[in-house]
Amino acid sequence: MAEVEETLKRIQSQKGVQGIIIVNSEGIPIKTTMDNSSTVQYVGLIHQLVMKARSTLRDLDPQNDLTFLRIRSKKNEIMIAPDKDYFLIVIQNPSD
Amino acid sequence: MQDAFFCRGSNETVLFVQDKEDGMEHGDEWDEWSHGKTLTKPPDQLELTEAELNETFTRILTATNPHAPQNIVRYSFKKRSYKPISAVDQMAVHFVLEGNLLYKDSDEARRQMAKQEVEEEDRPDSAASKTGKKEQKLTNQINFCERASQTLNNPPRERNCQTEPPPRCNFSAIANQWEIYDAYVEELQKQEKNKEKQKAIPSKKDDEDDDRGKKKMILMETQTQSDDLCKMAKATKILERMVNQNIYGDLAIDFKYYEDCSDEFREQEGTLLPLWKFQCDKAKKLTVTALCWNKKYQDLFAAGMGSYDFSKQGRGVLVFYTLKNSSFPEYIYPTNCGIMCLDIHEQVSYLVAVGFYDGCVAVYNLKEDGQQPVYQSTAKTGKHTDPVWQVRWQNDDMDGNHNFYSVSSDGRVVSWTLVKINHLFLVGTQEGKIHKCFKTYSSQYLETYDAHTLAVDAVKWNHFHPKVFISCSSDWTVKIWDHTINTPMFTFELYAAVGDVAWAPYSSTVFAAVTVNGKVHIFDLNVNKYEAICQQQVVAKKTKLTHIEFNLVHPLIIVGDDQGYITSFKLSPNLRKQPKMKKGEELPKGPEVEIAKMEKLLSLLREPEASAV
Repeated sequence: MAEVEETLKRIQSQKGVQGIIIVNSEGIPIKTTMDNSSTVQYVGLIHQLVMKARSTLRDLDPQNDLTFLRIRSKKNEIMIAPDKDYFLIVIQNPSD
Repeated sequence: MQDAFFCRGSNETVLFVQDKEDGMEHGDEWDEWSHGKTLTKPPDQLELTEAELNETFTRILTATNPHAPQNIVRYSFKKRSYKPISAVDQMAVHFVLEGNLLYKDSDEARRQMAKQEVEEEDRPDSAASKTGKKEQKLTNQINFCERASQTLNNPPRERNCQTEPPPRCNFSAIANQWEIYDAYVEELQKQEKNKEKQKAIPSKKDDEDDDRGKKKMILMETQTQSDDLCKMAKATKILERMVNQNIYGDLAIDFKYYEDCSDEFREQEGTLLPLWKFQCDKAKKLTVTALCWNKKYQDLFAAGMGSYDFSKQGRGVLVFYTLKNSSFPEYIYPTNCGIMCLDIHEQVSYLVAVGFYDGCVAVYNLKEDGQQPVYQSTAKTGKHTDPVWQVRWQNDDMDGNHNFYSVSSDGRVVSWTLVKINHLFLVGTQEGKIHKCFKTYSSQYLETYDAHTLAVDAVKWNHFHPKVFISCSSDWTVKIWDHTINTPMFTFELYAAVGDVAWAPYSSTVFAAVTVNGKVHIFDLNVNKYEAICQQQVVAKKTKLTHIEFNLVHPLIIVGDDQGYITSFKLSPNLRKQPKMKKGEELPKGPEVEIAKMEKLLSLLREPEASAV
């Protein structure tokens, strides 16, 4: 438990990281370093995207599963690491 | 008076116009009338002569209906044409009236009269009709008699009771292909667990089973409590690596793809491109005393931290880094004594043997949680009394036990399990000598080489050629030996104390050395027998480089220094050159070629010696 906390702190202190959000399987954010409204917005939209991506992959091959998802945009990069019951979202600006 | 009358005969109707002469006897009125008897003619009457007047015209009356159609034509389906019907109905009906009188003696009349009599009888006398009915009742041949009786009908009562409705819940799911797959996988796992249980149950007693069951329950509970964030350990790890990859994205790309183009212009020399730099808070101020790549996971390497300084002995750290995450180590094991050397087992890549400054050796198992080693030597088990300078894993012995060797400056080479394989090894000493020994003859040296004038810092066998080894020392030299010959084959002067030397895994003639003035020297004997093909200052001059290791797969080297930093470098193409062959010939690869290369070099050396002798 402490290890995970430490790792999250390290990620937060890395260059360019704008925020970390931890979401449970129902789509409710349980931990966030960003403000409430942005968190809710990110979670609502990303949750659907992850579900869609995962179901796409598994429909193509049921033995396959999603390991991580990266969305690189002009302004920043959203990295999503899904797990069985949770998923983690990190927003980073790589050029900073 | 004129009398006109019609006479209806058979087809003849004769019209008579007759003047009747009435007698004058009837009176005067009549006379007046009779006077008028003279024929009064209307003004427009035809003037006819007497003869014409007396002429009789015969008018014939026929029974033919003048209005009847004369030529009726009917369509005959038989002849398929219109056929005239000869007989046309000439009768014209003017009036029809049907009477209601019956002849008395006819059948119908008799029936009616009978009916009337019956009805009259019926009304006044009912009994008579009944008896009449009875007589009339029909009996069948079997002499059947019907008897019926009616039972008492119980009055119906309504009775009901209401139960609680069964609990209901709505369930919905999507049957995707992968949902089905998941269900099958779960089912399979359950079956396997059941099998295991069945195997376990007959071999254990009942109460043991209960205990285990209880333990399992407790375990489950604790797991559910603590796994809120623990479940995310894997995901957080992946994310940390991703973030690092972003930050050091250029380095990753360089690592994979960048090749120094300037090597085309420099014939033999090459360069080192700095890549990641690894550091850890816990390891600050400590010297890197040992480096080792993991053979199974080629991006993982271990670094032992401690201190070479006799006076500054304190704690040490064993850290494992992966190239995928340069900002934080994967595993950290703090030790209370400085680490001097380490080795990762070739096959069982999670076992690490570590030698300490205080003479202990320990074995760490990376798969297990906890910061303690699985095995640590103590005074009782025969630990060294002086720092352990080298540990090396050996192949498993016949029982499958892991074993390793350790060498210490107390003069002992200790093997830490039973050994049955005859293997040659070398020991470098503080005085500068190198001893060659066999494993089995652990008390005697086979041969001694007067290698260096100062302490030997590292001795390494060539990966390909079984006879060649290299040694480096604080006397500023690096020497290459053939173990059958007492004198070195090659000697290189590096103008600074050499901390470590390592053979390249891809070529038998390439090796690298690090010196205390912060330089890395790379030699390729095939290219240049006297000079280094790369001499590069990689850290500040004051920092001493302590260790160097080649990565087994990638063109990467890691260099440790005495500040606790580990820096990685990519080798430029010139440094990893394969020997040039004539055009058209295939480039042979493989250990045989490497051995041949080395042999060729050695033979060149031996020949002049032989000729000199």
